[in-house]
Amino acid sequence: MSFGKVTRRRFLVRAAAAGIVVGTPRLSAAAQAVASVLVVPASGPGPIPVMLNVNGAAHALKIEPRVTLLDALRERLQLTGTKKGCDQGTCGACTVLVDGRRVNSCLTLAVMAQGKKITTVEGLANGDQLHPVQAAFLQHDGFQCGYCTPGQIMSAVALLAEKRPTDEASVREWMSGNICRCGAYPNIVAAVRAAAGSAS
Amino acid sequence: MATVAADPRAKYVAGGTNVVDLMKEYVEQPSLLVDITALPLRAITHSSDGVRIGALATMSEVADHPELAALFPAVVQALLLSASPQLRNMATIGGNVMQRTRCAYFRDVSQPCNKRAPGSGCAALRGVNRQHAVVGGSEQCICTHPSDLAVALLTTDAIVHVQGRTGERRIPFDRFHVLPGAMPQRETVLERGELITAIQLLKSPVTKSSYYLKLRDRASYEFALVSVAAGLDVAGGTVRAARVALGGVAPTPWRSHEAETALVGQPANAATFAAAAQAATRGMRGYGENDFKVALTRRAVARALAHAGGIA
Repeated sequence: MSFGKVTRRRFLVRAAAAGIVVGTPRLSAAAQAVASVLVVPASGPGPIPVMLNVNGAAHALKIEPRVTLLDALRERLQLTGTKKGCDQGTCGACTVLVDGRRVNSCLTLAVMAQGKKITTVEGLANGDQLHPVQAAFLQHDGFQCGYCTPGQIMSAVALLAEKRPTDEASVREWMSGNICRCGAYPNIVAAVRAAAGSAS
Repeated sequence: MATVAADPRAKYVAGGTNVVDLMKEYVEQPSLLVDITALPLRAITHSSDGVRIGALATMSEVADHPELAALFPAVVQALLLSASPQLRNMATIGGNVMQRTRCAYFRDVSQPCNKRAPGSGCAALRGVNRQHAVVGGSEQCICTHPSDLAVALLTTDAIVHVQGRTGERRIPFDRFHVLPGAMPQRETVLERGELITAIQLLKSPVTKSSYYLKLRDRASYEFALVSVAAGLDVAGGTVRAARVALGGVAPTPWRSHEAETALVGQPANAATFAAAAQAATRGMRGYGENDFKVALTRRAVARALAHAGGIA
């Protein structure tokens, strides 16, 4: 999504903790930590170098600080498996893993995902060998139009890694961040439970 | 901190789930975003009187923390009933209590909104106000505060630790948010540039027997129409201490002193809970489409108290 003609935003990149404590002895440990931070000069508003590690490969991009991870993946890296459903964190179609944790890439600024391990649906299979969750979605017909499916699969992969309970009610609740307009929920739940090795 | 204090259009960003969303709608138009995620403010530490949660701890980290469910069940329940797993992995505790209203007029720059554009009017007052406040609002603003966690925190005598340029201060959580009154653009007592470093929760018999009830149109992944956090310290069948807080009904998380007064010293039974529930709705009024919230609040308080009191 473009921000149009409004003023672009500058971005103060991540502050790195430095050695010199500027605070007085009165400050608590937390306050000293805050005071000791070394601030990196602001980046932007124009394109800045952003290095993204996606599915094990490093990519050097030059993008504005306001570009979301979702747009960076789709528009810059042509990894269109991750979908843009609502672009505002209310549908889960954009779900990817960052350091193994499921997140909405539409609300993640790409510049803030630097230095982290990003996994998209394209990174699940091992050559021609599907990830067990992908196989389960096929086996159990866990999709109709397929648009929400990459997000459902990424979310399910994380759910299993999180070791959430896998009874039906729990799967429904732990998958509730992924909406399916086609209503394929019964088969999505069956696929997730099968991938978890749960009895149906 | 100096930068953010000096520049009225600079903002901190951590999880980004609120600020990035509002930037896309042009509701927030910061000139500068200061990424604070590298600060060492993520720890959850226990002490003799409770727990101190770093402002950068994510909602998931707090909800999954092993000992918190036993000490602060309403807090953990509130977190798990919030948002979605993806959002909870991103959103931080500090950001969660700072999040802005979901009012559709606030979020739509083409609409009048005294909070977003002071003086432009409140479109919700005589507009589509099904989701809006029934208490604590004003002629300028009838928005609701969306955080479930904030409601539960009101039952824990929580303290917000804040770092400013001139030093630290500690703000009791029930004084952290301010009602809109004549200045709906002001939402908390924070000064520009101040940063939440931690939220400290105090444990008590009340917090150990607490419960969070969230009522909404959908079964999940939605903000509350009405929610209740209730905690009861019951001994020998009598309520010794109580905390009752409400969500979805006011521009800030709403502590119901009225309900608490009606509980203390009374037998912990359905009749008492019904009386407290009635007291909780004293002074509540609808604005046309949200009139149902008054009766819903009454029923919700009674039900939450039944759970907290172990008679549900």
